[in-house]
Amino acid sequence: MYSFEVDKPDSVDAAVSALQVEDAQALGGGQTLIPTLKQRLASPSRLVSLTGIAEMKGVSSADGVVTIGGGTPHATVAAEAASAYPALAALAGNIGDPAVRNRGTIGGSLANNDPAACYPSAALASGATIVTNAREIAADDYFQGMFTTALDEGEVITSVRFPVPDAANYQKFEQPASRFALVGVFVARFADGVRVAVTGASEDGVFRWSEAEAALSDNFAPEAIDGLSLSGDGMISDLHGSGDYRAHITKVMTQRAVRAAG
Amino acid sequence: MPKDSGIGASTKRREDVRFLSGTGNYTDDINVHGQAYVHFLRSDVAHGRINGIDTTAAAAMPGVVRIFTGADFEGIGGLPCGWQVTDRHGEPMQEPGHPVLAQGKVRHVGDPIAAVVADTYAQARDAAEAIEVDIEELPAVVDMKAALDEGAAKVHDDLKNNLCYDWGFVEENRDAVDAAIKGAAHVTTLELVNQRMVANPMEPRVAVGDFNRATGDHTLYTTSQNPHVIRLLMGAFVLGIPEHKLRVVAPDVGGGFGTKIFHYAEEAFCTFAAKAVNRPVKWTSSRSEAFMSDAHGRDHVTKIELALDADNNFVALRTDTLANMGAYLSTFAPSVPTWLHGTLMAGNYKTPLIYVNVKAVFTNTVPVDAYRGAGRPEATYQLERVIDKAARELGVDPIALRRQNFITEFPYATPVAVEYDTGDYNATMDKLEEIADIAGFAARRAESEKKGKLRGLGVNCYIEACGIAPSNLVGQLGARAGLYESATVRVNATGGLVVMTGSHSHGQGHETAFPQVIAEMIGIDESMVEIVHGDTANAPMGMGTYGSRSLAVGGSAMVRATEKIINKARKIAAHLMEAAEADIELKDGAFSVAGTDKSVAWGDVCLAAYVPHNYPLEDIEPGLEETAFYDPSNFTYPSGAYACEVEVDPETGKVSIERMIAADDFGNIVNPMIVSGQVHGGLAQGIGQALMEHCIYDDEGQLLSASYMDYAMPRADDVPFYEVDHSSCTPCTHNPLGVKGCGEAGAIGSPPSVVNAVVDALQSAGKNVTHIDMPLSPSRVWAAMQG
Ligand SMILES: Cc1cc2nc3c(=O)[nH]c(=O)nc-3n(C[C@H](O)[C@H](O)[C@H](O)COP(=O)(O)OP(=O)(O)OC[C@H]3O[C@@H](n4cnc5c(N)ncnc54)[C@H](O)[C@@H]3O)c2cc1C
Repeated sequence: MYSFEVDKPDSVDAAVSALQVEDAQALGGGQTLIPTLKQRLASPSRLVSLTGIAEMKGVSSADGVVTIGGGTPHATVAAEAASAYPALAALAGNIGDPAVRNRGTIGGSLANNDPAACYPSAALASGATIVTNAREIAADDYFQGMFTTALDEGEVITSVRFPVPDAANYQKFEQPASRFALVGVFVARFADGVRVAVTGASEDGVFRWSEAEAALSDNFAPEAIDGLSLSGDGMISDLHGSGDYRAHITKVMTQRAVRAAG
Repeated sequence: MPKDSGIGASTKRREDVRFLSGTGNYTDDINVHGQAYVHFLRSDVAHGRINGIDTTAAAAMPGVVRIFTGADFEGIGGLPCGWQVTDRHGEPMQEPGHPVLAQGKVRHVGDPIAAVVADTYAQARDAAEAIEVDIEELPAVVDMKAALDEGAAKVHDDLKNNLCYDWGFVEENRDAVDAAIKGAAHVTTLELVNQRMVANPMEPRVAVGDFNRATGDHTLYTTSQNPHVIRLLMGAFVLGIPEHKLRVVAPDVGGGFGTKIFHYAEEAFCTFAAKAVNRPVKWTSSRSEAFMSDAHGRDHVTKIELALDADNNFVALRTDTLANMGAYLSTFAPSVPTWLHGTLMAGNYKTPLIYVNVKAVFTNTVPVDAYRGAGRPEATYQLERVIDKAARELGVDPIALRRQNFITEFPYATPVAVEYDTGDYNATMDKLEEIADIAGFAARRAESEKKGKLRGLGVNCYIEACGIAPSNLVGQLGARAGLYESATVRVNATGGLVVMTGSHSHGQGHETAFPQVIAEMIGIDESMVEIVHGDTANAPMGMGTYGSRSLAVGGSAMVRATEKIINKARKIAAHLMEAAEADIELKDGAFSVAGTDKSVAWGDVCLAAYVPHNYPLEDIEPGLEETAFYDPSNFTYPSGAYACEVEVDPETGKVSIERMIAADDFGNIVNPMIVSGQVHGGLAQGIGQALMEHCIYDDEGQLLSASYMDYAMPRADDVPFYEVDHSSCTPCTHNPLGVKGCGEAGAIGSPPSVVNAVVDALQSAGKNVTHIDMPLSPSRVWAAMQG
């Protein structure tokens, strides 16, 4: 770790202005950023901790939409979204280990957009809205490839709004070492169609599997995609599995998610 | 009735109180007043020529005490290798130098180039980043086969090539074995990889060097399994410090698994630098550093051929292995693929003709050395896999094929130079079949199929040579050290005992088990015995702990020393009771005169030894302290039969271990709970190897699995509740306790049964899969199913 200053503002406004300092960086739960700092892979001059900002915390639900504060830890989502959006709560409850879930936040996860992270699939499949200090961004516009998002420098995710689907499920096939998603598939069935978002698999980060969406919108049953297949090209190929393997697992997980969503 | 103390009791581990309450004293807990910290600048390329190192800017950075490079170690010894292997042609192995800090070239990612000593770790690290190293990258030698090609880049320019040795064993049998294979009714051939592993003890390595200018004494605190060996190797061969001026302390050590046997550059550096900068110097490895500087394990590529006659009797076995040494020879590296591997190739079977060829290869990777089981898992894996394959090819029951070929008469001299003193392989197999309920497997398979899972059953046997070993034998085999063990038993005036043992505990539970033995011998409470280990200033010269040798060799030394104590105490008791020595009996902590009601308590005899007012001073000296060195006459040969049941998800290839059963024969057992714990840990490591763990380099010699994000360690939910049994017992015939050693069995015995089970599961679904290389990760199993 290199040395840095730490700020702990208590409002979004104060955080946003603190982030104007050159090389300042937001600190959520630190579950990604702190290990990065320890390995000296980043050298911010100042960390602006978001954990003291009450307005960025908590889960609320109204009119078919679940809203989660950008600074809400995974464990809180697992507990408090359980009745309003069970599939999302289950996803949150299976991220990392208890320490990670009690520190790591939804805002941090979406800002980081790790290609193997879980939340991006939920946001994309739900058609969520990412709310920042400056604007609202539709999930379809937000994810722009591995570790890349629509966020500007110094922009803070203050909350995320999830329209609650009629049925949904997340299936995570774990990478054996990190237990991040080797492939994770979030399936969400809305009145106007089905959305399928896949994380872990693609070199372009989280993506929607549109052929599966079309087939499942016609017939929300595992067999509906029997005839479909994904290509291994453009899929991540590493020591845990080839692109072909990930393509195959994407289909298996999609079918399982559909079955589980019922 | 289970006993509640002494030999055979499951006494709770007294050391766990401090380990579990955070009050252990690990090396990183040791801070010496005024200490400085060292950070090693390590190579980020696998192979390169060092054209220059500029430390000027770095040396001027805040807090920097001094920066060392290879030049500071010129004229100083390199890290020695403790075992010399002679090749097939009678030539000694090629033995390259191993400088403390790189000289001329770097040879693996992680090779230390420079060491920055500074007031704080952070300052040392900052300064290391300011060191300018001019490295000309050279082609990396990674693949073993390619390393042996004519014209391959050489890891060591001063050697002929990358071949460390070409070992044949038993060389005289080579032609006979080949002929027998040619003429056999059936030959089963299998090519397999025993993948490279990282030991990953929970506690990373640490070293603290201290130098006392007033006395000229050096002290090294280090995470070691064998402090005396480090003192000898480092003192005599690297730094030229006589042993009476060098103390090595290995306090609580948080796991070793072999990787803390070896003498490492960082230890020598901290000892050397403490004198050079006149301040204590401390190094604590990060986990990332551990991945690229702790010796790795396994890494064998093997072809094995098993020949059978028309009646399915094993008639000959040949195995050809490439064994990776990495970039340098770690302390015991040459012995692992040879004497710890070739000598076990008979396994539990009476195969009359065996030939083992091993080519050890230098590559631009971290050195490879002993890792839990060391050579024996590699032998067991290939043998038990090829037998399984043979059974499937011949359409016979794998258990029956094994039983048919079991060695049943002991002692048994194998064709690979060792003599098994005792064993009963049918007994452990009987036990296994009973626990495993093999007959009920078909029903369990049907249940799994209902859930859409493929169920498989795999069985294997193992034999290992533990209690390493007779010094005269290992000396002939190339060991450059003796392999006895020592103990000093010191009785205090009021009857308590302190045992100073050369064995070292880094999780094994010596502090609990060793007192059980003495308590049994004398008839006193276990709490009256204290075990001291891990400090060369206290314990007599001992060889440390590895190869499941502590109780068999170290425990035997303690028994011998305690016998001397009892003999002397008996003389004192005879004097006190004015009786003949021959009439004195020791029972329940008191000496009595046979046939009388006269007795004197243990404590009173001890007091008399130190307050010798009424004492046979003409015949014996006062005091009660004895030392014994025990050198065994043979290895011990634990053996067992293991079974594994798996479920394979045919859609994803994910393997789940449903049952893991171990039936072992460890001879006599001092503490059954500790033995079960040792087997459990070994099984976890064996399952880790079979399914998950894999240390992988890319073609450039970059370590891909360099952290827990990519190196998959087994976690609690990856393993089942184990079913272990060690009721089969053929006591070792040649040590006083009749014990054999149990520390490595689980890791040796489990991988073949896991792989056999997965192959069984896939074949049950009609897949033509005869082998999958470990680790059997979901993607590999799935790929194998695709054909
Ligand atoms: C052992 C372990 C296992 C894990 N397993 C999983 C898993 O299975 N699945 C999974 O999805 N994730 C997993 N994670 C990652 C975890 O979910 C992290 O919490 C998450 O990636 C980052 O969230 P954070 O709040 O900790 O962010 P930080 O680490 O604090 O920050 C990450 C990045 O986001 C930025 N940032 C943080 N908050 C905001 C905000 N509100 N607005 C804008 N930018 C922000 C930071 O500047 C930084 O660039 C794991 C992590 C660990 C350590």
